[in-house]
Amino acid sequence: MKKKVMSVVLAASMLAGMTMSAVPAAAAEEEGKVLNIYCWNEEFQSRYMDYFDAKGLLPEGVTVNWVITPNENNGYQDKLDETLLNQENADADDKIDIFLIEADYALKYVDSEYTLDVKNDIGLTDEDLKDQYKYTQDIATDSNGALKGVTWQATPGLFAYRRSIAKDVLGTDDPDEVQAALADWTKFEEVAAKAAEKGYKMLSGYDDAYRTFSNNVSGPWVDEDLNVVVDENLMNWVDQTKSFTDNGYNNKTALWADGWNADQGPDGKVFGFFYSTWGINFTLLGNSLETPVDAGGKEEVGNGAFGDWAVCEGPQNYYWGGTWICAAKDTDNPTLIHDIMYTLTCDPVTMKAITEDTQDYTNNQTAMGELADSDFQSAFLGGQNHIKLFAEAAPKIDMSNISPYDQGCNEEFQAAFKDYFDGNVEKEEALSNFYTAITEKYPELNTPE
Amino acid sequence: MTASGMKHTRRRKKGVSYVKWGYIFLIPFFLIYTIFSLAPLLSTFYNSFFENFMSGLKQIGPTFVGFENYVKIFTEGDLLKYAENTLIIWIMGFVPQIIVSLLLASWFTDIRLRLKAQGFFKTIIYMPNLIMASAFAMLFFALFSDYGPVNSILQSMGLLDSPFRFLSSVWGTRGLIALMNFLMWFGNTTILLMAGIMGIDTTLYEAAEVDGAKPSQTFWKITIPLLKPILLYVMITSMIGGIQMFDVPQILTNAKGTPNRTTMTLIMYLNKHLYSKNYGMAGALSVILFIITAILSLVVFFSLTKKDD
Repeated sequence: MKKKVMSVVLAASMLAGMTMSAVPAAAAEEEGKVLNIYCWNEEFQSRYMDYFDAKGLLPEGVTVNWVITPNENNGYQDKLDETLLNQENADADDKIDIFLIEADYALKYVDSEYTLDVKNDIGLTDEDLKDQYKYTQDIATDSNGALKGVTWQATPGLFAYRRSIAKDVLGTDDPDEVQAALADWTKFEEVAAKAAEKGYKMLSGYDDAYRTFSNNVSGPWVDEDLNVVVDENLMNWVDQTKSFTDNGYNNKTALWADGWNADQGPDGKVFGFFYSTWGINFTLLGNSLETPVDAGGKEEVGNGAFGDWAVCEGPQNYYWGGTWICAAKDTDNPTLIHDIMYTLTCDPVTMKAITEDTQDYTNNQTAMGELADSDFQSAFLGGQNHIKLFAEAAPKIDMSNISPYDQGCNEEFQAAFKDYFDGNVEKEEALSNFYTAITEKYPELNTPE
Repeated sequence: MTASGMKHTRRRKKGVSYVKWGYIFLIPFFLIYTIFSLAPLLSTFYNSFFENFMSGLKQIGPTFVGFENYVKIFTEGDLLKYAENTLIIWIMGFVPQIIVSLLLASWFTDIRLRLKAQGFFKTIIYMPNLIMASAFAMLFFALFSDYGPVNSILQSMGLLDSPFRFLSSVWGTRGLIALMNFLMWFGNTTILLMAGIMGIDTTLYEAAEVDGAKPSQTFWKITIPLLKPILLYVMITSMIGGIQMFDVPQILTNAKGTPNRTTMTLIMYLNKHLYSKNYGMAGALSVILFIITAILSLVVFFSLTKKDD
């Protein structure tokens, strides 16, 4: 099949070259022959391969060079920064053309001279961008109002719960009724107590609910005078997690740890997980299977906990994660970057196809609205149309409180309070450890000590 | 040939000297030392007097600030705490290391014991040193994780009801680091001590044996006193290695020095400043570490040379 597509594409491009003046091809010819893309995992690569490369949209003679550096210990940003700072002196074929960023540190790059204006430099129009969720553009807009990055996904968060456990604890697994039982944090804690009586854990680890609290703060991590401000709502997270830990409502695991993954699997005894879009179709689905896909397992009911999950809004609105595509300053492939950005983040047909194929939630309000109103069903979620819930949650996302320091602050805050939850330190000491870690990471910030 | 010519050649012959070859052969060392050791050392001293770091993609400084970085380290940073962590973990590893190494070294060299398959055992005890420290730490991280194999074994043996969370407990984590350092270095120390013991004149042991000395007496009265310089050397090199302890705790605690920064060693603290490329603070800290290490080295130098007086 692939070969057939390739040969058709090749034949078409040859014909185009012979018969027409082929404006895009000629334009591409003046551009660089190597497209360097910097990213931290294979997610964007697979979107690019399936929905751009496979359509034959890459001009002939251009090769794509993927530079993938894992996120661990800041590895990706270190590598990216080093290359960006040398961008001016690098050979044309070694310059970064596209790089990806995450919400937690987006402003670091958006507010720098190293990203190009998506509208003025790359040429996407307001008409192209009109269907994207506004919050996805707010994150990537610099202080002068220029849009510096676009994304193919919107990442509203939901609460994913285990149907069988909900039935046992609440007597129902209907998303509307479960949502009614979990509508605010007081109710959430009541259900946690009920679940504990039946031998279940409400959440898996300390950090599970973190994003729901950290997205609902009253101000950014760092104020205008570079003072670190710990929001009251974050301390609410600390108090709730401490009481959950002491009451045995959680399993004391950590995000991405083995125990956390296992809690989502067939033998898991955990009521639910706070997950955004990508977490449900990618992480949760993968963890829920008895026989992983790599080992020959199928994504179908009967394989582990597949089909035993459902989603509801949960106690508070939040978002988690997301990946933005940025064009690097001094790139020699602006037209190609325009095409990639347009196809993957603006083209409604492509975006609807991505959601239908992968259940990922894409950044196109019209296409997602269509799916929300359709009879779209997720077999993994027991036939639920979760796109509908996402479509309701996405417009409510508020991005006004992000700062360039979010990544370090979030990481160090969770790390510092792990000691408090473990019972190794008192709350005050955990807070002072947090301040110490922040001054090490960001020497320019002031802390209350 | 004229007389003066004769005189000239004779003088040249008389003056032939090989000294220059000595200098020529020394050049590579001094060249490499200057480029890779001395220059970075001096630039570290220089950097420590500046405020110089990255804020995101923006460079802050360099601005000359005098001794401000040093003041900051001693007033704001918890330098003493990290020094204490380092010392505690080092002692926890070094004490068993020196005891086991002494025992093994005296067994291997005992003329009456004549252990068989010595080569085999010497190789085995040296093996852990060949594993990369980071790989070793990763292995322990997996083995001792909350739901790892060690916990499942302890639980299935009935020793524990619920998993013991090694990496959330202060002494669990410190103990694991010390255990790893011990496992990695006791073989190396054994070999050093064996070399020391074999340097002791065997006639002393034979004479003692003839006089009816017990093995424990020969060990405490002959081996230990004559081994003192080697023991001191082992201790100081191990201490300098201990000050530089980094890779094992770094990997085991994911650079956090958890729990509650009780396994944060001095070099891990230094490495923390790498995040913001903080050359000033990192430079000042390096200078302090350099001074501590230099003092220790001087101690070993003087105590080793004193014997000749």
